[in-house]
Amino acid sequence: MNLEKVVFGFFVVLAATLNFGFFIGDIDDPALHNPYELFAAVVVNLIATVLKFGDRTQIGAVHLATSLVAVLQLIGATLAFGYAEYISSAGMNAAWTASVVSLSGGALLANIVSVVLLVVETVSFHRG
Amino acid sequence: MGSPLLAFWMNLLGREDDDRRVRRTTFRVAATSAAQASATIFLILRRMRAPLIVLIVIFAVSVLGLTLIPGQDTQGAPWRMGFFDAFYVMSYTASTIGFGEIPYPFTYSQRMWVTISIYLTVIGWAYAIGSLLALLQDRAFRSALALQHFSRKVSRLHEPFLLIAGYGRTGELLGHSFDALGRRFVVLDRSDERIDALELGSYRGDVPGLAADARDPGHLAVAGLGHACCEAVVALTDDEEANLAVVMAAALLRPELPVIARVTSHAIAERMQAFGNPSTVNPFDRFGDHLRLALRAPSSYQLMTWLESGPGAELPSRGDPPRSGRWIVCGYGRLGREVTMDLRAEGWTSPSSRPTRPTWRTPTCSWATVPIRGSWRRPTWIARSGWSPARTTTRPTCRWSPRPAAAIRRCSSPRGRTGRPAPPCSPRCRSTRCSCPAS
Repeated sequence: MNLEKVVFGFFVVLAATLNFGFFIGDIDDPALHNPYELFAAVVVNLIATVLKFGDRTQIGAVHLATSLVAVLQLIGATLAFGYAEYISSAGMNAAWTASVVSLSGGALLANIVSVVLLVVETVSFHRG
Repeated sequence: MGSPLLAFWMNLLGREDDDRRVRRTTFRVAATSAAQASATIFLILRRMRAPLIVLIVIFAVSVLGLTLIPGQDTQGAPWRMGFFDAFYVMSYTASTIGFGEIPYPFTYSQRMWVTISIYLTVIGWAYAIGSLLALLQDRAFRSALALQHFSRKVSRLHEPFLLIAGYGRTGELLGHSFDALGRRFVVLDRSDERIDALELGSYRGDVPGLAADARDPGHLAVAGLGHACCEAVVALTDDEEANLAVVMAAALLRPELPVIARVTSHAIAERMQAFGNPSTVNPFDRFGDHLRLALRAPSSYQLMTWLESGPGAELPSRGDPPRSGRWIVCGYGRLGREVTMDLRAEGWTSPSSRPTRPTWRTPTCSWATVPIRGSWRRPTWIARSGWSPARTTTRPTCRWSPRPAAAIRRCSSPRGRTGRPAPPCSPRCRSTRCSCPAS
């Protein structure tokens, strides 16, 4: 067992699960989407991205690309969240909640691709 | 009727295929070298993982703590900091800007947490920036960056250029001559100092230079061996094997390119001739040839020097070589051997004397070609061999020799070649090994 692989897999899966946890629920209900979960998702996604630095293989490059997409989407979601909370006069209404959650939904898709890549890599390694 | 045409097309297409194959090989070799450079950058990214993760975690914990710790507003009502406020406060605190406690003055619990976070974030930043600076100073990283910069410069060259491998004194002279002619060239040298000297050298054109081993075909390919504008390759390193490797790489990757190689031993020259048809230049041999020409036909030598000096050169003055007398060759290294051979071939030695084989750095009285053992740095030995400083006329030195080991002085005695017994070379000469007839 390689400890580096454990840490890598842990962060990739945790990024996806936290993202999923924030995403699940009615898209326009702010009560169902906890900002702490979004914060945790951003931080774990950032860590997962950094862990993917410096891999020269093709699959490593795709891993990094998906993570960068996820981080971009999540940062977009946090910016939308911050705008709704602090700047917008309307506050965190249904429309803003929907946009924040849909952005995190896009990040979730990228995270799922990342997890699929992880699984594919593992399976092909065992067969090969 | 069709078959000659077919043969012609086959020939033409075949040659194109060959060209393409050669280009592809060169490209692959260059790509290997470029991949080495990018591998270093990947390694750097990999090494930056730990500092970046530490920084992210410290920031996340500090921000999270600030949002969780209860505060109060100016009226004393309980208030919790939002994520944006917390991130803002932590950003300016961690970067030691310190705008103060906003939006409301902190409670003591918040201040405690901020104190802890300040120390944590300072450590995090110091670690990250320290690692980054250490990596920027890293030799491998810098050489990878230099390689990328160099290959970009070379690929942007759109005029014919010369590839010079080895930038010693000869390379420098050649470079300045080429620059004066308005030609471009690319330089490869193993030593960093030489490449620094290249950058300091006042050239009119931009000269791409890379500190890399020319024996590596990848470096040669990056330096433009596969470039369509590469005109010729000149191997001028002080290492015979490196010059041979350059000749081999050029002959195999670009067989149509002219190659000029510096070589000092005949064995290496023969090995070079096995690869393509490179022009080999043996500086010692060439010096001896020039010496012979200067002795035999000073006007021809004058013309040749003038022609070799390039356009706009002034006519050099005609030398007046000594027509008679003895020669003393001080130092019997590679150059001394060549010069002795050339002088002997010119008939400057007495035919009756049998040439002996002196050891390394033995002063040789080439009038009789008899070795005298002793240091040529000591004037007494020179004097014993028959040389008098007052009557010396010429003293050429080798310009191509890597070290000025051999200096050639002319013997004073005018009767050296007449066959008559020469007078004692020195009144103090008492050595039994001295070849002078008087002793």
